[in-house]
Amino acid sequence: MIRTTALVKRYGGFTAVDGVELDVRAGDRYGFLGPNGSGKTTTVRMLLGLVLPTSGSVEVLGSTRPRSVLPRVGAMVEGPAAYGHLSGRANLRLSDAAGPGGSRRTRAARVDAVLEQVGLAGAGRKRVADYSLGMRQRLGLASALLRGPELLVLDEPTNGLDPQGIREFRDLLLALNAQGTTVFLSSHLLAEVEALCTRVGVLDRGRLVAQDALSVLQAPTGRTEVRTPDVDLARTLLARRLEHVDGDRLLVRADDPAALNAHLVEGGVRVRALAPERHTLEDTVLSLTTASSDRE
Amino acid sequence: MILTELAKLVRRPRTWVLVALLCALPTVVAVFVAVQEIAPRPGTGPAFLSAVLDSGTLFPAAALAIVLPLFLPVAVAVVAGESVAGEAQAGTLRYLLLRPVGRTRLLVAKLVSTLAFTLLSVSFVALTAYAVGVALFGSAEVSSVSGTEFSTADATVRIVLTVLYVGWSMLGVASVALFLSTLTDSPLVAALGAVGVLVASTLLVTLEAAAAVQPYLPTRYWLAFIDLYRDPVLTRDLLRGVGLQAVYIGVFLAAAWANFTTKDVTS
Repeated sequence: MIRTTALVKRYGGFTAVDGVELDVRAGDRYGFLGPNGSGKTTTVRMLLGLVLPTSGSVEVLGSTRPRSVLPRVGAMVEGPAAYGHLSGRANLRLSDAAGPGGSRRTRAARVDAVLEQVGLAGAGRKRVADYSLGMRQRLGLASALLRGPELLVLDEPTNGLDPQGIREFRDLLLALNAQGTTVFLSSHLLAEVEALCTRVGVLDRGRLVAQDALSVLQAPTGRTEVRTPDVDLARTLLARRLEHVDGDRLLVRADDPAALNAHLVEGGVRVRALAPERHTLEDTVLSLTTASSDRE
Repeated sequence: MILTELAKLVRRPRTWVLVALLCALPTVVAVFVAVQEIAPRPGTGPAFLSAVLDSGTLFPAAALAIVLPLFLPVAVAVVAGESVAGEAQAGTLRYLLLRPVGRTRLLVAKLVSTLAFTLLSVSFVALTAYAVGVALFGSAEVSSVSGTEFSTADATVRIVLTVLYVGWSMLGVASVALFLSTLTDSPLVAALGAVGVLVASTLLVTLEAAAAVQPYLPTRYWLAFIDLYRDPVLTRDLLRGVGLQAVYIGVFLAAAWANFTTKDVTS
């Protein structure tokens, strides 16, 4: 779907994107993570042909000229934008009319369908100037969905949405993905990516420092977390395998939770909760990216 | 794409505010002249105004001469300067390009809509002025600047030619503003830049020491449409004006195209 090779963008002496090799496959929900200023947006703009790479190549939907496949891509880059003096519906009609293809007769139906999809059906007549930030965000997504794209490229799409809106937005993306739309979502919100994506790429100061399935980045740490009221008993039973105690929460060096559970119960320790400890995406990403104070 | 740009132009309140302002100024002038019955002495004040008391038919030409030096070019520069930079500032430029609209197509559509605005405003000014002129000053046969009489039909043809000539001159302004509009993301900078060029040109046209460059200044032949009201029509300056504007239009449109089609859109 998206493949970049040694992608570089320099602005004067500043290298914004430095040798990025993205690999997004059909059907992915790809999360493109990185701190603010890491080059995410510049990369997204290069994928969409808005910014020309200094060197390296971009291949989107099998074409090395992004501009030629744009009719099959829906995108939202750096926040939504619309003409404030027109209604949401009028904006979508103009946007639909501006692009190639798409029959004029079915335009109204297309516009109504996407308004319905993003939950703006009731606000289609209102002027965009009177929209809330969340409504504008929905309108931007509606515009991206107008032509039923195969690939959705969304840059920070949940800015300005309330928790309810974020949930609806996620459900919508999951539904579209289930119907075969590949989703590429760039964000600095780890929780958002963790909740939605199947594959993750991490960008730091223009370099791609990790790219893997989410399950790999969240691999078990080899420790098991146990909660029990019998802390002292567990302490003697586990002896040196116990790594950390914090109230009723114990961290035990054990990669088989089932065996550990049997061992504890046999020893008379009542177990309230037990689960393998996993790397959180947050830990992984923070260990890979530079502290914000080190960035220029 | 061209149709959607025209739709945007027509649906934008600002378009009509600008047109209304352009029509208002000559109307105010006409009312003052009619009430006081004092026209500027021949040779002073805006062209034709001295002749207007005799017949209102000539007032469209006078109206264009009133708005041409400043009002009309400023309006055109605002619209053309806003065309690309305004979309960039509002963030809608990237969505147009992502739709996708080809960059060349977008530029052509913007140019056509600017041109439509120019013709719209010039025609409105001429029509309003005709109505106001005839209402206030009557529609007696008019005499040319050279002293012979025009029939009404003849005067109408000359006014249509005037509208076209003024429109062509304004296209020169539009080209400069459009080029600046592709350079910056600020519509204000683009419009002011184009206005700056015109002010500088207007200043140099009146400066004797700058005689060497005067034939090449964009505003040099703007008022040559006055020659359309001579009998026979004096074509020398008119043709030079048309040619000079063609050069400005060609050069700046080419520059706008070259810049815009290769530019990183970071707005």
